[in-house]
Amino acid sequence: MTGTGTALGAPAVRREGRRKVTGGARYAAEHPLADRVHARPVPATVARGRVTAVDTAAALALPGVLAVLTHENAPRLAEPDDPTLAVLQDPGVPHRGWYVALAVARTPEEARAAAAAVRVEYAVEEHDVTLTADHPEAYEPETANAGYPARREYGDPDGAFASAPVRVDVTYRVPPLHNHPMEPHASTARWEGDRLLVHTSSQGGTAVRATLAALFGLPEDRITVDTAHVGGGFGSKGTPRPDVVLAVMAARETGRPVTVALPRRHLPAVVGHRAPTLHRLRLAAGADGRLTGLTHEIVTHSSRVKEFVEQAAVPARVMYAAPSSRTLHRVVRLDVPTPSWMRAPGECPGMYALESAVDELATALGTDPVELRVLNEPEREPDSGKPFSSRHLTECLREGARRFGWDRRDPRPRSRAEGPLLVGTGVAAATYPVLVRPSTAEARALPDGTFVVRVNATDIGTGARTVLAQVAADTLGVPLERVRTEIGDSDLPPASLAGGSSGTASWGWAVHDACTRLTGRLGGLTGRLPDEGISARADTAGRADADSPYARHAFGAHFAEVTVDSVTGEVRVRRMLGVFAAGRILNARTARSQFIGGMTMGLGMALTEGSTMDPAFGDFTESDLASYHVPAHADVPAVEAHWIDEDDTRLNPMGSKGIGEIGNVGSAAAIGNAVHHATGVRFRELPLTPDKVLAGLSGPAPAPTSGRDG
Amino acid sequence: MSSEPTPEHRSDTVLTVNGKPHTLRLDHRRVLLDVLREDLGLTGTKKGCDHGQCGACTVLVDGRRVNGCLLLAVSLDGCDVITVEGLTDGGDGLHPLQQAFLDRDAFQCGYCTPGQICSAVGVLAEAGAGHPSHVTDPAAPSGRPVPLDEAEIRERLSGNLCRCGAYPHIVEAVRDVI
Amino acid sequence: MKPFGYVRAATVEEAAEALAARPGARCLGGGTNLVDLMKLGVERPDVLVDVGRLPLDTVEELPDGSVRAGATVRNSDLAAHPLVRDRYPALSQALLAGASGQLRNAATTGGNLLQRTRCPHFQDLSKPCNKRAPGSGCGAREGTHRDHAVLGHSEHCIATHPSDMAVALAALDARVELYGGQGARAVPADRFHRLPGDHPERDTVIRPGELITGVVLPAATAALPSAYRKARDRASYAFALASVAAVLDTADDGTVAHVGLAFGALAHKPWRAERAETALRGAPATPDSFARAVDLELEAARPLRDNGYKVPLARNLAVDVLTRLAPPVRPARHLTEDS
Repeated sequence: MTGTGTALGAPAVRREGRRKVTGGARYAAEHPLADRVHARPVPATVARGRVTAVDTAAALALPGVLAVLTHENAPRLAEPDDPTLAVLQDPGVPHRGWYVALAVARTPEEARAAAAAVRVEYAVEEHDVTLTADHPEAYEPETANAGYPARREYGDPDGAFASAPVRVDVTYRVPPLHNHPMEPHASTARWEGDRLLVHTSSQGGTAVRATLAALFGLPEDRITVDTAHVGGGFGSKGTPRPDVVLAVMAARETGRPVTVALPRRHLPAVVGHRAPTLHRLRLAAGADGRLTGLTHEIVTHSSRVKEFVEQAAVPARVMYAAPSSRTLHRVVRLDVPTPSWMRAPGECPGMYALESAVDELATALGTDPVELRVLNEPEREPDSGKPFSSRHLTECLREGARRFGWDRRDPRPRSRAEGPLLVGTGVAAATYPVLVRPSTAEARALPDGTFVVRVNATDIGTGARTVLAQVAADTLGVPLERVRTEIGDSDLPPASLAGGSSGTASWGWAVHDACTRLTGRLGGLTGRLPDEGISARADTAGRADADSPYARHAFGAHFAEVTVDSVTGEVRVRRMLGVFAAGRILNARTARSQFIGGMTMGLGMALTEGSTMDPAFGDFTESDLASYHVPAHADVPAVEAHWIDEDDTRLNPMGSKGIGEIGNVGSAAAIGNAVHHATGVRFRELPLTPDKVLAGLSGPAPAPTSGRDG
Repeated sequence: MSSEPTPEHRSDTVLTVNGKPHTLRLDHRRVLLDVLREDLGLTGTKKGCDHGQCGACTVLVDGRRVNGCLLLAVSLDGCDVITVEGLTDGGDGLHPLQQAFLDRDAFQCGYCTPGQICSAVGVLAEAGAGHPSHVTDPAAPSGRPVPLDEAEIRERLSGNLCRCGAYPHIVEAVRDVI
Repeated sequence: MKPFGYVRAATVEEAAEALAARPGARCLGGGTNLVDLMKLGVERPDVLVDVGRLPLDTVEELPDGSVRAGATVRNSDLAAHPLVRDRYPALSQALLAGASGQLRNAATTGGNLLQRTRCPHFQDLSKPCNKRAPGSGCGAREGTHRDHAVLGHSEHCIATHPSDMAVALAALDARVELYGGQGARAVPADRFHRLPGDHPERDTVIRPGELITGVVLPAATAALPSAYRKARDRASYAFALASVAAVLDTADDGTVAHVGLAFGALAHKPWRAERAETALRGAPATPDSFARAVDLELEAARPLRDNGYKVPLARNLAVDVLTRLAPPVRPARHLTEDS
């Protein structure tokens, strides 16, 4: 890191790390403000209906209570783009857990007691919260999340399937999943005259400011949104959530700074969840293993509040060469909480199903699953016909197989046991699109020879401060320690959110361009810089969001070894290994942590995490962290992440692809495939908890749903 | 809003936090976590679930790691509390575990980190004092220090959830200081 | 959480008096479950009687060779105590299989016994629950109940008791010591918790105004082979899907001389497998007879829509634990003669 362009890729230590290990990093609910008070929302206790009466008298009589807001007295909001933010605007209850009141009091205890004392009466309507594959109200939407067409079809997928010598026709189910970042959603709002200051736990402060400006009818320049430290988001903080709207309302009503820190148990109902997906896959192959048809159809749910369609059939448009294909999304609007983004929306559940089905095809063919994938590598993106900007899936599979010791595997299912433990290994591929969004940034050279880079990026744990300094140092050709980064404040140059694995690429591009311009300006100068320094700004609009003639995706390969206890049906992972091809890795240290983190979330999806929509009550049964099992230390063994260096000039000036999500894609399939290898039983519903696995181990062999004709 | 809580719902409580004594007139409902965060401004101790289900609020009370969210502060009258802010003895240097977490990149978002570190401090003391864990060989002699291999560290730290998935690096960090 | 009074008791008598004085009084031990439930509004005490500092924090051997653990001994200390680890391994293992290191450092012996079910319907004030609000109905029977009881449930309640420790105490023939206005008494650990019947609001046989002062582990089961095993969704920090505590002593002829067997997470109380024990006494200590006896016990199971898996799971766990406790099957003579 001597200013010769070597800062990028270096394992630089997180710049905020010291603050985090000493407790000095302040999150949204932790800012010391005089007279700050606390507000606690009141969730609806019926699954569908409307509020007919709210009695706040008992709550208002309690010590310390300042106000109780309801749809009858809360400030009116402009109609939001996101209807989940229209809180306390009308008496409708679209799902259980929807907020119907907000209690404001001096202390958290008083706010809790006040919220509990609010009496709400409802007119209750019949509800339906149960997703089925043949639900009569299922429909094909125009688009799935992120604007993907709901349906794509080419060739003759049905004909290809009917005539194929080898076929796999299988269904999989991924249950609802919850993001559960360790910091629950929280916001602190205060008004200073006509200025609004907000500390919020969000993945993107620029969008929070725009949303608040629209909702409250304020010019954006009177709003400052601070997102200095964010305790994880995983998509659930990608856009503003009700906490920030409620905090601003309550601050306006009471004239005091107000913190709204959502209780953990509220999160499943109000911050989004990964919608359940019911998958049907039909793979048609020749006897040589080449795919002739690939059909991936999914059914998912959304709420009555808005349509959100988990784009789970989208990765099948990217992965394998098949001359015929259909990918289709259907959705049912139910009386359920509104789903939203959760780490790798679409790819994560979609690749679980697709990569499990490919494993089933390998079994049906008697082919090695690594070789089967290599055999079906496409030359161009199958759906779009575009060439790939870079695609090194084969290299990931080969490198992973080598590191994992795949060649020592006995492919026969249930061929390895250690006492009561059945041992198996599995593989799956990963893909995630390269997303990049326009951002702006400013770079400033100061007279003391240091530089400041300013961009409203958000560090949700990725190490944005650090990697953006590396981008700047590299571009400026200066030592890393001479660059300071300012992020997490909406008064900084506007930038896109930390989501879709797009943050570093989007912000880094703007930083790169600002630093390039600054270098140009400095080159023409002689003598000492002015006290305020010299600065340059850049805006990547029109370039970052320009259509590319290339299909741009990251790829990867996961390998997993599991044990299945034949006594209890408990599945534990022994080791996981991932190899990723994600462009240029900009910080080896923080990138490794992100890959491992994604793989760990995949482990949870495979084995421990699952939520149940209670048909009688319309809420998620697993509403807290005692019942919704995020993996614990003991679940997570040796997890290794490696990568293949890619030199891809068709991405952005750094040559990077996103890394935040790909580790999470495909890892559950690798584990599920390992469980099949260990047990000889194919489980097609996640998570693989003892109740399901034990039944599979002891029950009759499931009827074959795949196999070779004749 | 009515008057103050009645006197029988409050008590004077003395807590020594990071070596400094505090006399606080506390609402009986107030848990240690909220005393630290709301009364003393020590926000390094985190509220992740408020129900003993995540470990983000882990602090040391009389040297033992506990969940601050479930301890009524009034019941701790006279106790000695150490938080993440107090691990450094007031100096600039970091506690070896804090340094190891930095060195190993044993966190991402940082929200579980203070709890992980305080928990690890407790783990080292417990293992040293011969406390077994779920994965300790039942045949191991009682009363002797328990060597902390990776399986022991993982089991003992399982009360501290990390959603970013920093577990492998946390185990490395703890091993660094053994 | 509503405001409440707070009294710190210095003696057992003082605690009992304070409890008797107000019907809305509750004992505060470690608080790990009580404070949790107070935050949820499930528990609404008028006054807390803090028993956490009563002089009941020791584990000691009594003259008759039994071991008494005071009610305020912390779970982690009880699990680590040499008298427990060496003589009652099932108890140590059960404690260590529960909760987390932090929770075990706070939770007490008495509080562990008095913890309430983790049924999500019990914890949610907006739902019917006969245990929390008698007469309101059972939301779990109507809704989801994968984690609920398969044995001994009633039409009013299908909750399970969540304790690991209590399962080991039941298998070990421990007794629970109580103190109240009418003096001291002791109850066998497997009779301390009750089945829901028509009164699911009553978890235990404790009387109003009584508190737990300790548990006594008998000399008879000291140092007998014993073990605890628990199956769970997550490798640690999760409640049991099913668990088993077993004590097994075999005679020289390979038959069962003593057996104690109890299941966790199957019922409203630790389920003492008395039918299986009776069948096993004097029977060969072999996997086959273990399986037969456990099947006999589990004939009484009445699984619900979502929890049928618990029956084979409990069976496998019990057979596995008993088999591990039994001496290895002696090789047939003709195999050893020549060696």
